[in-house]
Amino acid sequence: MYKVVYNKKISSNSYEMLVEAPLVVEKCMPGQFVIVMAKEDSERIPLTIYDYDREKGLLWLIYQVIGASTEELTTVQQKIFSVSGPLGNANEICKDPDAYKGKRICYVAGGVGIAPVYPQVKYLQEHGFNVDVIYGSRSADLLLIRDKVEKVVSKIRYATDDGSFGTKGFVTDILASNIEDYDIVVAIGPVIMMKNVVELTKKYNIPTIVSMNPLMVDGSGMCGACRCEIDGKPKFACIHGPEFDGFKVNFDLALKRMSIYKEEEQEKWELMKKRLQGGKNHE
Amino acid sequence: MNDSKVKGRLQDADVRVTNFEEVEFGYNDEEALQEASRCLQCVNPRCMKGCPVNIMIPEFIKGIKEGDLKKAYEVISRSSSLPAVCGRVCPQEKQCESMCVKGIKGEAISIGSLERYVADQAIINQFNSVVPAEKVGKKVAIVGSGPAGLTCAGDLAKAGYDVTIYEVLHKAGGVLTYGIPEFRLPKSIVQKEVDSLKKLGVEIKCDVPIGNALTIADLQQQYDAVFLGTGAGLPKFMGIPGEDANQVFSANEVLTRINLMGGYQEEAKTPIKKGKTAYVIGGGNVAMDAVRSLKRLGVDAHIMYRRSLEELPARKMEVEHAVDEGIVFDILKNPVEILTDDKNNVVGMKVVNMILGEAGEDGRRGVTEDPDSLHTVDCDMVIMALGTSPNHGALKDSDIALSDKGLIVVEGTKTSLDSVFAGGDAVTGAATVILAMEAGKKAAKEIMESLS
Ligand SMILES: Cc1cc2nc3c(=O)[nH]c(=O)nc-3n(C[C@H](O)[C@H](O)[C@H](O)COP(=O)(O)OP(=O)(O)OC[C@H]3O[C@@H](n4cnc5c(N)ncnc54)[C@H](O)[C@@H]3O)c2cc1C
Ligand code: FES
Repeated sequence: MYKVVYNKKISSNSYEMLVEAPLVVEKCMPGQFVIVMAKEDSERIPLTIYDYDREKGLLWLIYQVIGASTEELTTVQQKIFSVSGPLGNANEICKDPDAYKGKRICYVAGGVGIAPVYPQVKYLQEHGFNVDVIYGSRSADLLLIRDKVEKVVSKIRYATDDGSFGTKGFVTDILASNIEDYDIVVAIGPVIMMKNVVELTKKYNIPTIVSMNPLMVDGSGMCGACRCEIDGKPKFACIHGPEFDGFKVNFDLALKRMSIYKEEEQEKWELMKKRLQGGKNHE
Repeated sequence: MNDSKVKGRLQDADVRVTNFEEVEFGYNDEEALQEASRCLQCVNPRCMKGCPVNIMIPEFIKGIKEGDLKKAYEVISRSSSLPAVCGRVCPQEKQCESMCVKGIKGEAISIGSLERYVADQAIINQFNSVVPAEKVGKKVAIVGSGPAGLTCAGDLAKAGYDVTIYEVLHKAGGVLTYGIPEFRLPKSIVQKEVDSLKKLGVEIKCDVPIGNALTIADLQQQYDAVFLGTGAGLPKFMGIPGEDANQVFSANEVLTRINLMGGYQEEAKTPIKKGKTAYVIGGGNVAMDAVRSLKRLGVDAHIMYRRSLEELPARKMEVEHAVDEGIVFDILKNPVEILTDDKNNVVGMKVVNMILGEAGEDGRRGVTEDPDSLHTVDCDMVIMALGTSPNHGALKDSDIALSDKGLIVVEGTKTSLDSVFAGGDAVTGAATVILAMEAGKKAAKEIMESLS
């Protein structure tokens, strides 16, 4: 059990949770993630480490409600059953900033993809980098943690599908018109966004790091649920990733593999909604 | 004279395929006594030579005969820490029972069932109340909570050491918890083992990935000794086309969803795929566990194995139970491609027949593909149970010596790193519970020697 300081709604479909997890944050690095379980019988959910305070042993998480298990997570108060981590590898640039000195870096984030982007940009700023961010979502109300991000970037540009904030259109539109300004791109967001970013950067031969978020169970390399095709070979995102060289990722396969448990998950969600509904009727 | 062994009572096959409860009921007192009386009490017991940990088998059986179960339990406990587990999962037909004199002309003594009987009685009657020795003021870190880690922790704690186990999953037990299904090894038995360690004062820290949260170097600094019992959990795949299809899973994934995450229960929150027809590729215990679990979920479940039935490496009892449960065995066959639709869903497999050749150096007969036998089978799920290899996440940033095969190199149980010991599957590659248990015992002994 871990103490939950707060678990609050920050947009129409996203929540921010602050947890006491000293052993997780003692050595964690931007790019790594944790697996959480609301209760002892809950599903294991991988979530990115979005912010941390090593001295106080605090860990910040952001999650979007997309199914029964994330819905259940919103009910967590005071205590959460399990927070396992840090898992996966640190972002390559953060791991060795000196190797990237002088490089012009652009982060492209989509939706909750801003959660893994934020700690990286913050870390790089602390290490003397001026990093640009392009951040997109469907509409203005779904843009998260803007205040925090704006404090650590050199320049941030927004894109929304409906034009309610920033440029109307996609993050790739903004990246396309500024592509000459960058030596390295890091893209984190929906698979389709990362795929589109890589299609663009490939044309200009700009190295691009992406962060894969496949289905996971254990997060320790034991089940293979998280396998992605990298350079024609299967790799486990939880131990070999989650970040990979975007040019080598088979995005089409990743897109298809995300739907493996769609029906089962839908069923569980319906069941859970019914249960919640049932509970309310009793009150 | 009728001298056949006392058969263990089982749940009926057609009933047990509808539940996850234990298949075997285990001997009752009379049955155990009757089976024990069959033992000849050989002066030169061959059975013991077949036991990897040399349990004094005739002596514990004598205890049963004499109605002194406490003594029987003490005899087993001298050599084994996990008898309730090993009695259930050891491949006895290849070990102790294969050597029993009685087996030459008739049926060997059911040593495994007797071991289980004694261990279960010990749990019921709480024989296990060991009082730990006075604290010696030394700290040991154990990485991994499988049979190797649990055993090492237990022996050290009993001797007065301060022991902390680090486990990356949210529950302790290793393969005993996430891999071997309830119907073969009830989780309550594993939990009892874990609880008894806690009673001895062992601290179990779950959720901690060693290598990331703390490195081995950190552990070396914070503890007087470190034991690595991280197992061999990394699943293998075949490398054939179509293996990335949506319904191709490792056996570990299927078993983890079912066991660790309780996916077989209606109200479980972790989803589990239930196809119409599933092929489990492989012939070991892992394959049997996966195929029988799927059967219990209502799937038409097949084994596909590239050698013959005689070569199946699984425990004999499990194969027999699987056959009775209606598992279809497609032997001497191997998939060469997994067929999918445009959404990446499995629709079948291309399969070749295999031809059995001569026995190789390891005594196993080789196989070759029959090139003219290519055919397809329909299915909507494929499970790979091809074996596992060590997963060395714990060794991140360390320069511990590894063999060509990626196994941790040890002398006794000592690794190339100062005050770091290792044992179990991480050292041997995927093996057995009893060997992992033995390695844990041996490491505890060597750790105590090195610290005294
Ligand atoms: C499905 C299945 C069925 C089996 N059936 C049988 C059988 O019938 N009979 C038999 O004798 N054997 C059987 N085996 C084999 C047997 O279970 C293993 O040989 C035995 O469990 C090995 O024990 P171990 O302690 O070395 O490792 P494991 O039991 O594998 O335990 C290792 C533990 O270490 C943890 N770990 C790994 N890395 C880290 C890290 N970096 N940080 C923290 N923790 C970590 C893992 O999560 C795991 O809990 C079976 C195996 C499987 C998978
Ligand atoms: S999540 Fe199980 S291997 Fe990666």
